[in-house]
Amino acid sequence: MVTERKVSALAGEYGLTDVDLLAMYRLVALARSIDERLWVLNRAGRIPFVISGQGHEGAQVGVTYPMRHGTDWLCPYYRSIAACMTAGMSARDIVTAQYATANDPSSGGRQMPGHYAHADYNILSVSSPVATQILHAAGIALAARIRHTDQVAMAYMGEGSSNQGDVHEALNFVGIHKLPMILIVENNGYAISVPASKESAVEDIAVRAAGYAMPGVVVDGTDVLACYRVAREAIERARAGEGGTLIEAKVTRLTAHSSDDQQTKYRSAEELEAEKARDPLPRFRAQLQDAGVLTDARLEAISADVATTVDEATQYAEAEPDPDPATATWWVYHEDGPADWIAPWKREHRAD
Amino acid sequence: MPTKTLIEAIREGLADEMRRDEAIVVLGEDVGVKGGVFLATDGLHAEFGDDRVIDTPLTESMIVGVSIGASQNGLRPVAEIQFADFITPAFNQIVQEAARLRYRSNNAFGCPITIRAPFGGGVHGALYHSQSVEAFFTHVPGLKVVVPSTPYDAKGLLRSAIRDDDPVLFFEHKKMYRSVRGDVPDGDYTVPLGKAAIVHPGSQVSVIAYGLMAHYALEAADRMAEEGVSVEVVDLRTLRPLDKETVLDSVRRTGKCLIVYEDNRFGGYGAEVAAIVAEEAFDYLDGPVMRVAGPDVPAVPYNHVLEEWFMPNPDKIAGAVRRLAAY
Repeated sequence: MVTERKVSALAGEYGLTDVDLLAMYRLVALARSIDERLWVLNRAGRIPFVISGQGHEGAQVGVTYPMRHGTDWLCPYYRSIAACMTAGMSARDIVTAQYATANDPSSGGRQMPGHYAHADYNILSVSSPVATQILHAAGIALAARIRHTDQVAMAYMGEGSSNQGDVHEALNFVGIHKLPMILIVENNGYAISVPASKESAVEDIAVRAAGYAMPGVVVDGTDVLACYRVAREAIERARAGEGGTLIEAKVTRLTAHSSDDQQTKYRSAEELEAEKARDPLPRFRAQLQDAGVLTDARLEAISADVATTVDEATQYAEAEPDPDPATATWWVYHEDGPADWIAPWKREHRAD
Repeated sequence: MPTKTLIEAIREGLADEMRRDEAIVVLGEDVGVKGGVFLATDGLHAEFGDDRVIDTPLTESMIVGVSIGASQNGLRPVAEIQFADFITPAFNQIVQEAARLRYRSNNAFGCPITIRAPFGGGVHGALYHSQSVEAFFTHVPGLKVVVPSTPYDAKGLLRSAIRDDDPVLFFEHKKMYRSVRGDVPDGDYTVPLGKAAIVHPGSQVSVIAYGLMAHYALEAADRMAEEGVSVEVVDLRTLRPLDKETVLDSVRRTGKCLIVYEDNRFGGYGAEVAAIVAEEAFDYLDGPVMRVAGPDVPAVPYNHVLEEWFMPNPDKIAGAVRRLAAY
């Protein structure tokens, strides 16, 4: 790995350093590798369910990278593995959620996988009803403005969720008060099986931003650095008090909706083959190789590190205990559970 | 001790808490310059300004969802839903989000919000300005549900609700806003959540009630006293968590239990109280656990004859006490 603050022409174009570019590449590659491992574990009968972010990682890393991690807030959704890892969650944090271990920081084994959360990184717990978290991001942004904390709230969802009423109510409120909230719509063209043409009367969800007096930006979600640039600009506007932004990243969904879905029933073999060309991982890799940032030696080192990290996280999660049923009544209310209780994930060292 | 109306007590409770803790903000429809359609927030905007008294669009899901989010980032929101009847667009945010956030995150995140809503009939409000909605929410673990019936309790319970680290629904019977007066001390006092009050001691029949029905139960108790029947009235004050011990103690002493609620009878809050009494005080009962409740029509009709037909009242309660006392 490089440690010097070298700035290649490509990095300079985006106001980044080569260290940043390599860190971003590692995040895309690591999120992909974990995701692929989850499917293997599911098919091997080790974990009951997978919901995947494959195809979305480039957009997620790109838009999340310019945030102030641990200060700004994320309201993610079920495909947000790469976003959550960019904000600070470790491979162990992600994989323990799949095994629903007692020390899973997302929920202590209470929620299905995909409902990532981490209090240390201001990643707010999410539910399964979609788009509810957009209002939470608006509320976080309201508090940031009232308390003058200079924080930004970023909410993530798919284009399917964009039709929920909560999205309208949130963006309207953000628009009225010019709140520092950014909504990322990861448009992969499908709400489970329903194609975008049957989800929305407009092709670009971003045009709806006009109704809330905020910029709506369409970006190629397979282009990590383009996503980085639009998000950084949106964050700067938000911190300057100029209000929210709706960013629509056009991505592809490389897997079925979840491990319980068979996408060949509604997507043709030709379409699925063609979509592979829109995979952000090889695209970003080639871009960094062409720029001379990702040398063969660095690629080899990152790939080896990613493989080790995923293996280690899997072994770790495999060995972690289930929650104790005696704790299942805890934390319905704040009075429940031991007064001196410390969450299991806080007690342990968590390797990256 | 100064005498205040219920609405004055609530307004003072809000103002006192906002002076005490600058993290408290109020948001809802018309809560700003107008001071709310019932004037519960009158004067707050003038004292605390735009940032802390926020007029919202007509978006109930947003009012609650934004409150949830703001509570994650250092604020303690007090949301007003203009009428309890209009809380349903926020049902998803209340039930799926506010109620479950602490549990689903294994205590990593809490949700310290208060949601105030005027409820109840007898005010010519018809189907959509008269509803009692408490049973929808008392069903849900993770929510606390409060219904005050006196100005003293309203102020003290509201303070406790705002200071509580969990989501609290605070339902105010609007017929009581100006018709009920009572002593309210000026100082900082609280009334704890989860504690019922025996507001009229008696020995022969226990009447369990809350909100406006607690007042009607007191009227019925006075009437029955003239007939020689000693009625004990328990005002629940908090519906969830329920003060089971006070209810069961009363029923074990009297041997007879009547539950009064204004909501539709079937599956209403009183049904749960009845089940608990039947399960845990069966050996002490000298008669059936009975209920006086709203009839099972969708909501309160407008015409005053129809509205009177719908509403429980002291006559109906006294009639049920008479039947129960005869066992």
